[in-house]
Amino acid sequence: MAVVGRTLLIFGLISAIYGLCASLYGARAGGHVWVDSGRRAMYVLAGMAVGAFVILDVAFVRSDFSYNIVASGSSTTTPAFYRAAAIWSTQQGSLLLWVMLISCWSSLALFLTRRRVREIVPYAQGVLFTLCTFFIGLNVFFANPFATSPNPPSEGAGLDPLLRHTTMMIHPPMLYSGYTLMTIPFAFAVGALISGRLSAEWIAVTRRFALAAWLCLGIGILLGARWSYTELGWGGYWAWDPVENAALMPWLCVTAFIHSIMIQEKRGMLKVWNASLVLASGTLAIIGTFLVRSGILSSIHAFVSDPTLNFSFVALIGVMVIGSVVLVMWRRESLRTEARLDSLISREAVFLFQNLVLVALTAVVFWITFFPLISEAITGTQVSVGAPAFRPFVVPLALMVVLLSGIGPIIAWRRVTVAKLRRSFVFPVAATLVAFVVLVFVTRAAHVFALLMFSAGTFVVSAVVQEFYRGIRARQAMTSEPPPVALARLVRRNRRRYGGYIVHAGVAVALIGVAASTSFQHSRTATIGPGQSVTSDGYRFTYVRPTASATAEKISLGAEIAVTSGSQRVTTLHTSYGLYASQDPTQPIGRFFNGASTESRVGLKSGPFQDIWTVINPNITPLDGLVSRGDAVLGKALNDALREPPALRTRALSFFYQARDIAIRGIAQRFVTHPWKATFLIIVSPLVTWLWMGAIIAALGGLIALWPLPPPRRRLPPRSSPATPDGTLVDEPARARELVK
Amino acid sequence: MLVASVIVLAALAVAVHVISAPFRQERSSREADQTANRIAELEAARDAKYREIRDAELDLHTGKLSDQDYAAVDGSLRAEAIEIMHELDAAATIEP
Repeated sequence: MAVVGRTLLIFGLISAIYGLCASLYGARAGGHVWVDSGRRAMYVLAGMAVGAFVILDVAFVRSDFSYNIVASGSSTTTPAFYRAAAIWSTQQGSLLLWVMLISCWSSLALFLTRRRVREIVPYAQGVLFTLCTFFIGLNVFFANPFATSPNPPSEGAGLDPLLRHTTMMIHPPMLYSGYTLMTIPFAFAVGALISGRLSAEWIAVTRRFALAAWLCLGIGILLGARWSYTELGWGGYWAWDPVENAALMPWLCVTAFIHSIMIQEKRGMLKVWNASLVLASGTLAIIGTFLVRSGILSSIHAFVSDPTLNFSFVALIGVMVIGSVVLVMWRRESLRTEARLDSLISREAVFLFQNLVLVALTAVVFWITFFPLISEAITGTQVSVGAPAFRPFVVPLALMVVLLSGIGPIIAWRRVTVAKLRRSFVFPVAATLVAFVVLVFVTRAAHVFALLMFSAGTFVVSAVVQEFYRGIRARQAMTSEPPPVALARLVRRNRRRYGGYIVHAGVAVALIGVAASTSFQHSRTATIGPGQSVTSDGYRFTYVRPTASATAEKISLGAEIAVTSGSQRVTTLHTSYGLYASQDPTQPIGRFFNGASTESRVGLKSGPFQDIWTVINPNITPLDGLVSRGDAVLGKALNDALREPPALRTRALSFFYQARDIAIRGIAQRFVTHPWKATFLIIVSPLVTWLWMGAIIAALGGLIALWPLPPPRRRLPPRSSPATPDGTLVDEPARARELVK
Repeated sequence: MLVASVIVLAALAVAVHVISAPFRQERSSREADQTANRIAELEAARDAKYREIRDAELDLHTGKLSDQDYAAVDGSLRAEAIEIMHELDAAATIEP
């Protein structure tokens, strides 16, 4: 089936090139038949990409090691659950995933717009086909996922142990969905700029895709953070790693875009800004893919790198950046704003300020992330920067974003009177002041920025609660519905608004969790033996007993830790350190210990107010003697077995494998029967759960905002319907009421 | 190998059939297309204006807009909505 997969990819590439040519010819010649044919070429490309992906994934699930990437990225001992997801742990598979996702999302976007924005679509199609051609071209010419070997190995190298985590089934597809969805608004923005159709039409047709990109990227980022927290064994969820930042930058940019397009839709303002933001977001999505796939910046999240792709990516990014600047400059006259701010105390003014802060945040993250490359270009040495370089800039900017996300919902569009403003602010400000005073006493004002973040978060949540309360009251006044029904119908009829409010509350809750867990975290490293204890943040951690298990694939050395507070038992944590065997046949035992892949399983007790977290780092030096002796004895046994005549060799090898497995189990049991001291990282963090809960709330709000509105009434008004000069529909009172309910 | 050849040929046949479909269909006139597009765009603009009117109403009832501000905002939004409806009427009249 590898031939079929490869042929489908080539057909896909031909479809993409045809679609690009047909779309551009249709645009130039005004032939909508060519444009329609081009659109259908996208459907064909999506079909080919899905077919190729399915063939490859089946090869992974069936452990067909004749495929080179299956042999290098999977094994028969890899659980089937992870084998199905191993496809995107490889360079070739992840590029194919990109092609599949972009072609599927593009097909959906082009299908939904097949009878709309006809002047823009041909150029948007052209952009989407260009991106598809680029990525499928990489697959066909440089990173062929269907390369096979005539002499396949009997066993594969296995999936990287760090990727054997539930979130890895969803995290990469979510991030890639975010990146690929981001190209849809990008393509339509380019189409709008080329065709000169610069009203809010292109925004209306792509807003949902921008929102979906925001949602998918956000979920992907959070799943990555969760993986980092529970798998990597360093105790944190965000390390300001280049790959993490690569996803954060387009997410911040598209967050700004989702807000600022509302101003263009409602007021015809910020056209240059919106075009620039969406072009930047699309380019950042490609930069994000480049960072993940190229390995130009070292990252804990990058598992494959291929410098041969660097030139292609840099060329594409260069074209996107230069093309974007040229297009915006070319259309700067047509992008002039249609209106001006009526008042600085208005929702559009708040949105504008929030946009500036978000873009500043993106710029800071971009500059510091790429600083090592910039320093290398100038000085020849790559300087490494970490979290401390980000915090002085990111913390105050994040604080401003949170505060503005509370002000935005309680202020009206266009203008607002001082009396109304005062009325809207009384409850949130009072709640914030109460929270601030309480928190000053509770935290003793130990961390000012954390205190300010708690207060800003309280402001946002109370503002959102007030908005819901007022909305329900308003609906009840009009319809006399009971509160739960009024709430459900309020949200149902105003999904964008109330979905957005829920997102704001979720982000505020998440950032309260971040502020608390980073500022008030207690962390310590302790080297203790069984029966010994250490204390941290009022808890006593007792190393109760060591644990061990062994299979042909993995040795796991762990510990049971009892956590007590005073005389009260709090929990029992189980942590382990996994050593995965390499493929080196000359070291029957040492292949687990000498440069083998490792993973950590953390012991975690999560609660609504506190997480208790620990991980073991066992000292394996005391096993060195046994390992060397085992390698010598078993190495000789293997050679003897291989020298046996063919008729006896299978039986001899079977004995050898049994002896080897017994030896491995024996060595692992040594950790239990003759225990020695192990090192533990122990962390007690407050409110980490708030981060995950806030993210879930925000995702829920995003889904509500994304969900299609009920179909509006499409009946045209009677042709005779006159309008009074002030715009009232005098002969349609019932219909006018319908508009506002 | 036979199965692979059949799958590849079937994929190729489907691809050619799908991509060439517009050339086999009866072509509508360009003017008719433009009118249909214009109507679709105006309907989208009308729906967006309806949402804005509802938003302003909600702002009034939730205490964010004063009666005076609401009257000004609502008046201009309704005038814009009626303008769009007139354009829709005109476009619908010339629809073939």
